[in-house]
Amino acid sequence: MLAVRTEEFIGKNAVETANPLVAYKKVSKAFGEVKVIRDLDFNVSPGEKVAIIGPSGSGKTTLIRLLMTLEEPTSGVIEINGEPLWHKEVKGKLVKADEKHLHKMRGQIGMVFQQFNLFPHMTVLRNCTEAPVNVLGMSRKEAEERAKAMLAKVGLENKLDSYPAQLSGGQQQRVAIARALVMRPKVMLFDEPTSALDPELVGEVLDVIREIAEEGEMAMILVTHEMEFAKDVADRIVFTDGGKIVEQGDPKEIFENPKSERLQSFLKRMRS
Amino acid sequence: MINTYIEMVPALLNGAKITIEVLVLSLIFTYIIAFIAGLGKLSKFRAIRVVCTIYIEIFRGTSLLVQLFWIYFVLPFFGIEFSALTAGVIAMSLCYGAYASEVVRGAILSIPKGQTEAAIALNMTPFQRMMKIIIPQAFKIMLPGFGNLSIELMKGTSLVSLITLGDLTYQSLTLRNTNVAHTTEIFVALLVIYFIIALPLIVLARWLERRASLGRV
Repeated sequence: MLAVRTEEFIGKNAVETANPLVAYKKVSKAFGEVKVIRDLDFNVSPGEKVAIIGPSGSGKTTLIRLLMTLEEPTSGVIEINGEPLWHKEVKGKLVKADEKHLHKMRGQIGMVFQQFNLFPHMTVLRNCTEAPVNVLGMSRKEAEERAKAMLAKVGLENKLDSYPAQLSGGQQQRVAIARALVMRPKVMLFDEPTSALDPELVGEVLDVIREIAEEGEMAMILVTHEMEFAKDVADRIVFTDGGKIVEQGDPKEIFENPKSERLQSFLKRMRS
Repeated sequence: MINTYIEMVPALLNGAKITIEVLVLSLIFTYIIAFIAGLGKLSKFRAIRVVCTIYIEIFRGTSLLVQLFWIYFVLPFFGIEFSALTAGVIAMSLCYGAYASEVVRGAILSIPKGQTEAAIALNMTPFQRMMKIIIPQAFKIMLPGFGNLSIELMKGTSLVSLITLGDLTYQSLTLRNTNVAHTTEIFVALLVIYFIIALPLIVLARWLERRASLGRV
């Protein structure tokens, strides 16, 4: 234990809450030989907004894809409200969970993708009602009410009958946000939500995310390259490199007083 | 002269009726088989994938005529007997179903992975993902392939004349035997009737393609 490396030491310094909403415990993920996530411990509290920054290939997208059940961890356990996500307890032992268990757990998580991933064969409204009707079992009318409210929140109440291909990238991403919100997840994941957008469209999407963040109750994990935005919105910044959390803490502290060398050089590169 | 032609009409119409019957039944079973085998080949269970692959490769890799002969002439030796019509429909459906299953599989694989991921993120079940998200989009991609195969199948039905089924080709050949002097007229009529049968298929395929792409770029 004496041989703890600096980066791990700083990682342990971060806020530890008693009842985390999300907990990664010694999670690793490898694609073949390539280890993308290494022995990662990471918690998110209910309602907390966490921004993950780091160089590309540092594992930050994989980190949230594991939570959305899009990638399966190679080892380790991820818990939501203390219940394993990828595993089930059978006779005191953790075994790989089946689709039924994943289905139960997944309902607490929502995700917004870099490439929007709207359903091109459905109208904007239908994109936002398909899951509430089929997954939550809502009536179509009820689902439409809720979807319309969310679409109004993202400023697209006049695009209900448009198809995704008729919208700008920024509008598509706002629909994708509304679509995820309609499901009322406890934690919402954003995978570089503005990276695929033309520069002049980035602002409208960030504004919407900021507004949702300010409402508070939903936890958010944002993978982003927008440093100013991360500083603004997040309660905590997590810096990943080489599949590990190198440094994390208060946004102001992280940006103004980075401790590790790797974060310092990363921030320098981002600013130049 | 005119009388000879008029006498030929009922025979040709009877033949056309059989051809259309084989065609419609084969089309229905072809596409049912196509979806079963196409989806089966994408199954996460290895055994299902292997069975589907064996079926597809056998029926794509051998001649339709030989398959017809097997089902009609050889299977009876093993105690399995079909009428000529049933044997014809079975062989056509299995053969074109194998081709069409590859159209189904290819179209499904061409849908971007992000669509499945978005559906997972919305907590849809694997069945819902397939039925609500993937197949509706893939179907549009399948249509040109389905259109081509349907017309191919229509033309392939002429082979059932070789297992004694009185289809259009069979009737024409019989007519020709007794009216050799009219060979040209009979075979002109044969061409025209086949084309008339194909026409609705061509129009239907076009219409479906147009309809499926509405509202999208």
